[in-house]
Amino acid sequence: MTSVASDPRAASSRPGGPFLSVEDLRVHFPTDDGLVKSVDGVSFEVDRGQILGIVGESGSGKSVTAQALLGLHKGSKARITGHIWLDGVDLVPASENDMREVRGSEIAMIFQDPLSSLHPFYTIGDQISEAYRVHNKVSARDARKRSVEMLEKVGIPNASRRYDDYPHQFSGGMRQRAMIAMALICEPKLLIADEPTTALDVTVQAQILQLIKDMRNELNSAVILITHDLGVVAETCDQVLVMYGGQCVEKGPVEELFDKPEMPYTWGLLSSMPRMDRVRQTRLTPIPGSPPSLIQVPKGCVFNPRCRFSDRVEGDRCFTVHPDLLPTSPRHEVRCHIDPEERRQILLTEIRPNL
Amino acid sequence: MIRFIAIRLIGAVVVVWIVSVVTFLIFQAVPLLSHTNPVYFYTGKVPFKPGSPQLLALEHRFGFDLPLYAQYWHYLSGILFGQTITDGVSTPIPCSAPCFGYSFRQNELVGTLILRAAPVSLSLTIGAAILWLIGGVTVGTVSALKPRSAIDRIGMGGSLAAVSLPIFFTGPILLLIFEYTLGWLPDVSYAPLTQDPAQWLRSMILPWISLAFLFAALYARLTRSNMMETMGEDYIRTARAKGLAPRTVVVKHGLRAALTPIVTIFGIDVGTLIGSTVITETVFNLRGLGYLSIQAINQQDLPVILGVTVVAAVALVLANFVVDVIYAFIDPRVAL
Repeated sequence: MTSVASDPRAASSRPGGPFLSVEDLRVHFPTDDGLVKSVDGVSFEVDRGQILGIVGESGSGKSVTAQALLGLHKGSKARITGHIWLDGVDLVPASENDMREVRGSEIAMIFQDPLSSLHPFYTIGDQISEAYRVHNKVSARDARKRSVEMLEKVGIPNASRRYDDYPHQFSGGMRQRAMIAMALICEPKLLIADEPTTALDVTVQAQILQLIKDMRNELNSAVILITHDLGVVAETCDQVLVMYGGQCVEKGPVEELFDKPEMPYTWGLLSSMPRMDRVRQTRLTPIPGSPPSLIQVPKGCVFNPRCRFSDRVEGDRCFTVHPDLLPTSPRHEVRCHIDPEERRQILLTEIRPNL
Repeated sequence: MIRFIAIRLIGAVVVVWIVSVVTFLIFQAVPLLSHTNPVYFYTGKVPFKPGSPQLLALEHRFGFDLPLYAQYWHYLSGILFGQTITDGVSTPIPCSAPCFGYSFRQNELVGTLILRAAPVSLSLTIGAAILWLIGGVTVGTVSALKPRSAIDRIGMGGSLAAVSLPIFFTGPILLLIFEYTLGWLPDVSYAPLTQDPAQWLRSMILPWISLAFLFAALYARLTRSNMMETMGEDYIRTARAKGLAPRTVVVKHGLRAALTPIVTIFGIDVGTLIGSTVITETVFNLRGLGYLSIQAINQQDLPVILGVTVVAAVALVLANFVVDVIYAFIDPRVAL
């Protein structure tokens, strides 16, 4: 297995620190209509064995962030700045060739729709073996053996027989299990799961999440779980990062974020989620409006057009000054102009009773 | 698999049979609608006065006095089992199955004429098909990988020009350059592959290029749009995320999927062309099936027209059948 850390071609390295550390990541796409700022200054850290959840609406920049970590934008017109330190090595300046060594072996990814993400013309087994053989010099027979083991591990019955099945012969849940087997066959240290359960029905969702957790325990990998489903986050993650308009608007440990959210957007997300542990309300509260254009990002706070609380801030700072992401407690950061004391007050008196 | 092939084969036979019925009826309708004695379409003249006992005897000899179904059966049984051709005067000519009758205009069995012309058409079509497939797919793929780049614009602009240029333009230009000006191909008269491969190649190279030029352009555009669509698929992203080399991603994962629908069109194109390369044949003075049918049409030689039509239909149906079977192998989702 090739390690990035030992690669002399790697542009820069930095020993120590957390396993994955993303600093001020920006992914901008120049288009005919203007510059699309899909990800605009996102920072986070994940240690091995930890699960970080990235939550947000469609178009908030979650998937673009994930694909930037894998370097999948290389060769496109995307402009990427910032740092992605993986085990002390910066992946942003790495070449496409270096990134190819990293993909699959160091960082692996599973995608939302397992049917369209698997090649329809090759058997499940071929596709998994292929992933193994890119990074390991083994015979086709050994790769097959290893793939069958992996399929068994992710819970595919009759793995040695189903190895020769095509994706369309698998059920949705089985396909996602196969995708996970493919992603984990080289024992990556970082697993990115981009909406892994969105295309699956609810009973299968829980099994897939459990499988991801089990595999995390076995390989001690760092996991980034991208989702718009807060239920999934509550169940699975250690840390949460809430994204809106390409920016991180709130992040912190999962208990704290669910218990003491402080950003109006997070309040909106929580209010629009059905919950079994609260008194049933007549209606869920949607967030009015729609996500911002990533070309014409609102001045000031990105969330201001949809925020109910911008009158709680003196003057028009919400509409003129871009708020910084500031700590509100040791591990909890919030991007909001409202005074922290007042935020907690609003949470207690106006938000929590209606959750 | 066997079941699948059997079903397709039965379907193909039924289609060929329907084609034979329809063409037969159409060619029966021609004398009727043009108020011409059918004897004219067989011999090129009506040697006796209408209503005279000699003409009636001649009509009887050809079977024109029989009901339509009996005439069709006569034709079909000739194809299936063979028959003996006789005009009642000369020595009868044995005509083994598949017998398409006798051309009194050319004084030869239709089968012999077709057998002489078919290798020319097959050589022309298959050679050109290989050229245009390789050329078109290469240009299309390169264009798709770098959309809007200079190479894409040259490829697509060139193919637009090639689509717009008819063979009766490109063909003579090629002849002018390579035969008359450069003198590289002094003698381009056709020789069968089995007799003189070198001469066969010499005679075929320019027709191949001019025919392939036109089709390569179409295939380049087709490949480009298919390939661009495929490269945007989720499974291509998966292939890249595995860490596969770009070449593997493009060829094994991209082209494999992008070319599958092209196989269908390729089969239809090759099948159709076998009987209809008349312009290329005319420009390069080749005596293929296209030339044979045009000649027959000009001479109103009904047996030959009928025979070539059926053979061309069989070629098309056969090509489609082969494509169906190949498709079942290359796309595992096709139910077997």
